[in-house]
Amino acid sequence: MELFTNQVLAGIATGAIYACMALAVVMIYQAIDHLNFAQGEMAMFSTFISWQLMQWGIPYWGAFIIALALSFVGGIAIERILFKPLAKAPVLTNVAGFIALYAIINSSAGLIWDFTIKQYPTPFGSSPFLGSQLISTHQAGMIGVTVLLLIGLYFFFQYTKIGLAMRAAASVPESARLVGINTSWMIALGWGMASAIGAIAGMLIAPVVFLEPNMMGGVLIYGFAAAVLGGLTSPFGAVVGGFLVGVFENLAGTYIPGVGNELKLPIALALIISVLVVKPAGLFGRQIVKRV
Amino acid sequence: MSAAEEVVAEGHQAVEAVPKRAMTLGTGTSLVVLAALIIMPVFVKNFIIFQMTMLLIYGLAVLALNILTGGSGQFSLGQSAFYAVGAYTTAVLMEHFNVNYALTLPIAGVVCFGFGFLFGQPALRLSGVYLALATFALATAMPQLLKLNFLEHWTGGVQGLVVTKPDAPFGLPMSQDMWLYYFSLAVVLAIYIFSVNLLRSRSGRAFMAIRDNEIAASAMGVDVALYKTLAFGVSAAITGIAGSLGAIAVQFVAPDSYTITLAISLFLGMVVGGVGWLPGSIVGAAFIIFVPNMAEGISKGLSGAVFGVLLFLVIYLVPHGARQIAILGQQLVGRLRKN
Repeated sequence: MELFTNQVLAGIATGAIYACMALAVVMIYQAIDHLNFAQGEMAMFSTFISWQLMQWGIPYWGAFIIALALSFVGGIAIERILFKPLAKAPVLTNVAGFIALYAIINSSAGLIWDFTIKQYPTPFGSSPFLGSQLISTHQAGMIGVTVLLLIGLYFFFQYTKIGLAMRAAASVPESARLVGINTSWMIALGWGMASAIGAIAGMLIAPVVFLEPNMMGGVLIYGFAAAVLGGLTSPFGAVVGGFLVGVFENLAGTYIPGVGNELKLPIALALIISVLVVKPAGLFGRQIVKRV
Repeated sequence: MSAAEEVVAEGHQAVEAVPKRAMTLGTGTSLVVLAALIIMPVFVKNFIIFQMTMLLIYGLAVLALNILTGGSGQFSLGQSAFYAVGAYTTAVLMEHFNVNYALTLPIAGVVCFGFGFLFGQPALRLSGVYLALATFALATAMPQLLKLNFLEHWTGGVQGLVVTKPDAPFGLPMSQDMWLYYFSLAVVLAIYIFSVNLLRSRSGRAFMAIRDNEIAASAMGVDVALYKTLAFGVSAAITGIAGSLGAIAVQFVAPDSYTITLAISLFLGMVVGGVGWLPGSIVGAAFIIFVPNMAEGISKGLSGAVFGVLLFLVIYLVPHGARQIAILGQQLVGRLRKN
């Protein structure tokens, strides 16, 4: 029983990261109807920036805030420069664009900071949380930050004018434009926020997976799995999906014989495919009706 | 995000329509290209012949993706999985059952056709970005599946399998590399002719009708489910044959040669060559084989960045890839002739 609780708690902790990534993926999907295959690399780059700032002697939280701000601006810049011209292009062209972005970011990170694995500090420490052996303070911190982030986003979208404008621009762009919302900038804002959310995920998971240019590969796939499970149209669903995928992954690795670490990834992917086949809109997504 | 009622008008089209006649080259040009491909190996070193063989093989794999995406409008980021199945079929048959290498190709084709057809079933319910995601998942899972313990006896696990390179038959005076090149050329040529004819046939027209408007196609009596899975099957079969040839040429199969990177390369090859333009496949294959090497030559570690920047240039400047350049060239030649 203790093994079970242990695995569930560990699952919730990693699930928090998947939830952040899924949230970032959903933010961009809402804004432009495309999955950002470069999301993980953007997050990795932000994490490297914060690491570099810390190397220059800036304290953790200072580096954290500056990296967030830079990621936000960077996300907007990427949208303005690279993806705005592609807004009307076919899906295929966009997918190619994301892959190009992936290659560029991954390789320039390798060029600037090289491919060696680096230690990344945690602000929460790694002692047992509240004297319990089940979960470390860093894991508790990850869960806490994710929950705070989610609550913050909820209030932003429900109770601020700009949050309302972003929702309008995402769901009915034509009508939103008619009532005077600058939908083009709302998309850029969505990119900026997604980039910042990804940065948070990257900085939280870096102490666990260590810092290197390929650190986000696996995480992003779990993030996709989480986003699809929860529904690509629902930020709340993405977070729930993230926690579910985290717990599911850990339990499958522990209890299904022959799964082990090697097969954890294929299991997440089998999950994606079965969710898509059984419930294409995900657990909390809206059914999209197509006009003929 | 909102509870507002959602009515999405006809969404982004997955792929731009390509008219049927624009999908191939004229007879004259084809013959010139073919002649060049036949003569070339006589003048170059073995290593370059090997690279040319790989060019043909990747060209074939890109062609397969082109039939799927350019023909029937479905995505796949999972071609590496089919490529791997083809390669492993050949390797296992050759090394464990001593089957002749030439005979393993059709077997690999049939196995992959079945695999692709079955994968096409769940893929039927997905479109656009979801299909990209599901196939992406397939490609990521494949290397792990090949490493499974209970398959290890056959697949050789992480170590993979070594494949013997065939000698030229009938005592022909050529090196192994050169023979393999001509062998691959023959296979690729046969499949190219098959693909061109496939796209001109009733099935090909059905693929294109589905690509351009699925609902209209089904209203005209096209069995959408059948043709979509069929497109997956055919594409997988051709990719599988490419994989078999690849296994023979490289003389080695291992799970980590068939990662998502390969699938992405093939996808990029298609975009660069021009979606739906079959001869572009070879141009795309040249791009994915030679550009990373050249980029590595400029600066080590920079290859990804150069690759990405070039890709963006292609997307912005020539969104139809090599097809656009070919058409421009044709117009230029036409204008010169008039003067």
